[in-house]
Amino acid sequence: MSPPPEQVLDSRLASGSPPRLTAPRRNRGGRGMHHHRYGYVFAAPFLACFALLFVLPLGYAFYLSLFKNQLVGGTVFAGLANYSRALTDGLLLAGVGRVSLFFVLQVPLMLALALLAALAIDSGLLRLTRLIRLGIFIPYAVPAVVATLMWGYLYGPDFGPAAQLAAKIGVTAPDFLGNTLLLPAIANVVTWEFTGYNMIVLYAALRTVPRELYEAAAVDGAGAWRIAWSIKVPALRPALLLCLMFSVIGSFQLFTEPNLLQTLAPTVIGAGYTPNLYAYNLAFISQEPDYAAAVSFLLGLVMVIISYVVLYLAGRRSRR
Amino acid sequence: MNAPRPVTTLRGRSNLLTLAMLVFLAYAFFPLFWLLVSSTKTTGDLFSTFGLWFGHRFALLDNIRQTFSYAHGEYLRWLANTFVYSVTSALGAACLATLGGYGFAKYVFRGRGALLGAVLGTIMVPATALAIPTYLLFSKAGLVNTPWAVILPSLVSPFGFFLMWVYARDAVHDSLLDAARIDGAGELAIFFRVSLRSLVPGFVTVVLFTLVATWNNYFLPLIMLSDPKYFPVTVGLSVWESQTAGGGGSNSALLSMVVTGSMLSVIPLIVAFVFLQRYWQSGLSAGAIKE
Repeated sequence: MSPPPEQVLDSRLASGSPPRLTAPRRNRGGRGMHHHRYGYVFAAPFLACFALLFVLPLGYAFYLSLFKNQLVGGTVFAGLANYSRALTDGLLLAGVGRVSLFFVLQVPLMLALALLAALAIDSGLLRLTRLIRLGIFIPYAVPAVVATLMWGYLYGPDFGPAAQLAAKIGVTAPDFLGNTLLLPAIANVVTWEFTGYNMIVLYAALRTVPRELYEAAAVDGAGAWRIAWSIKVPALRPALLLCLMFSVIGSFQLFTEPNLLQTLAPTVIGAGYTPNLYAYNLAFISQEPDYAAAVSFLLGLVMVIISYVVLYLAGRRSRR
Repeated sequence: MNAPRPVTTLRGRSNLLTLAMLVFLAYAFFPLFWLLVSSTKTTGDLFSTFGLWFGHRFALLDNIRQTFSYAHGEYLRWLANTFVYSVTSALGAACLATLGGYGFAKYVFRGRGALLGAVLGTIMVPATALAIPTYLLFSKAGLVNTPWAVILPSLVSPFGFFLMWVYARDAVHDSLLDAARIDGAGELAIFFRVSLRSLVPGFVTVVLFTLVATWNNYFLPLIMLSDPKYFPVTVGLSVWESQTAGGGGSNSALLSMVVTGSMLSVIPLIVAFVFLQRYWQSGLSAGAIKE
């Protein structure tokens, strides 16, 4: 019996290989692969939009990034000057450092929580499984804007419950929006938003592991913890890598949370708090579109390179 | 997850594990509970009563009325915009991805490998890195501050394309296509009468994840739109928030509207999540989007 299509999707994507970024070999299609020009007919709308809305903006941004606006002389060709400026720009580098720290702080914690939750739900040892699974996933439905507003108010000194409780017992609540705690506070918002999402990815991957493996292990005397550690966790490696990769991207493009918290913590969150916030401020506040284009282009490029390196390493590891 | 499956219950149920997960569940619900409670309070009660319980007066209906009537009902307009942007983008992106994925999966044509490599290579380009370049291009083309500025960039989803390409390869059987060809059916007729049926689950998945991405999007509409009448609800709420006292403005009456507006804006997607669980689990397992 062939599995229902959704499950094919599951196993191919969730558990399975991270996206293959190489083209398939020619001639691998068997019968049913003729009628050449209809391939173009079907693919044309997507390819046209892709060219216009993906390739063209990137190309245009690259073109703009080669120019510079000067007080004397107006816009002049500057070669790679914007790029060398970006690579030595203290504000940008500090932002990159900050999101890297954020990544180190937040992502392992979030993925560990997601992994534990997925294993717990898959273990068959829980009561209320459906409620727990859905409930943990629900924050993903909440827009980052609303999540940040909620947590921002909860952190706040005016009517946040922490501040209220502290006032009641006569102590000062920690300043969640101060210099030291702000980054962990943002990490908490992001963890709240995305743990459930990662849990679902991992849980879907777990469900593609053949159940017979568990039964065989149980017959051999392995307990639930042993099965989780020795069978399930290794089987989850590709899915964990996928989560990790999307988390790298998520950390580096951090914008909504710091942008909204800026009004609550204006002295802590400066123009270059995250690289993305910096690019935004360059383009819209300090009116340097050429430089903003260079910074965006650079960020996108770095992301693609990191992703390829992760994929490459993952591929090499699993072939070994 | 409706299909029954044999659950190997190894050692009965664990109360300790259940308790730990309930703590986790409480964490997930905690801010939402605060939001719900706060949306029933007057602005005065927000400051003077404990945050995690109800205030002196149950002002939910007043708050809702106020939220919808403020500034000639701009909130309702923002909700409608969000709805239109996300539904249009999601359906459009899913149609393009389905047609494209099918074309690449089921036909051999010149340049196929190179084109495929080019598209798949861009999956990891983050949406926000593309947003500013798109803004610069659109402002040149006179498209900024129109609904198109938000909808058009959301139509192209390399990840959705990848998903449909993989999906079409597995779900549409070549033998069915050949049989239809022998019967003399044209390629377009085959697509609509034979293949489409098998492609529907993948299509729904792409619709759902693009819908969530667009519904929750903030960065793109923030930079593209300047006229409040085009704002989606995320940008609208952030503008209201910046006008409250806490946000540096002076209008503290807006505070209860920010809270109530936030509460109302999350209801549609939460309802969708509850009713479409089956699709979320298959679709989001694909690692769709993260913003």
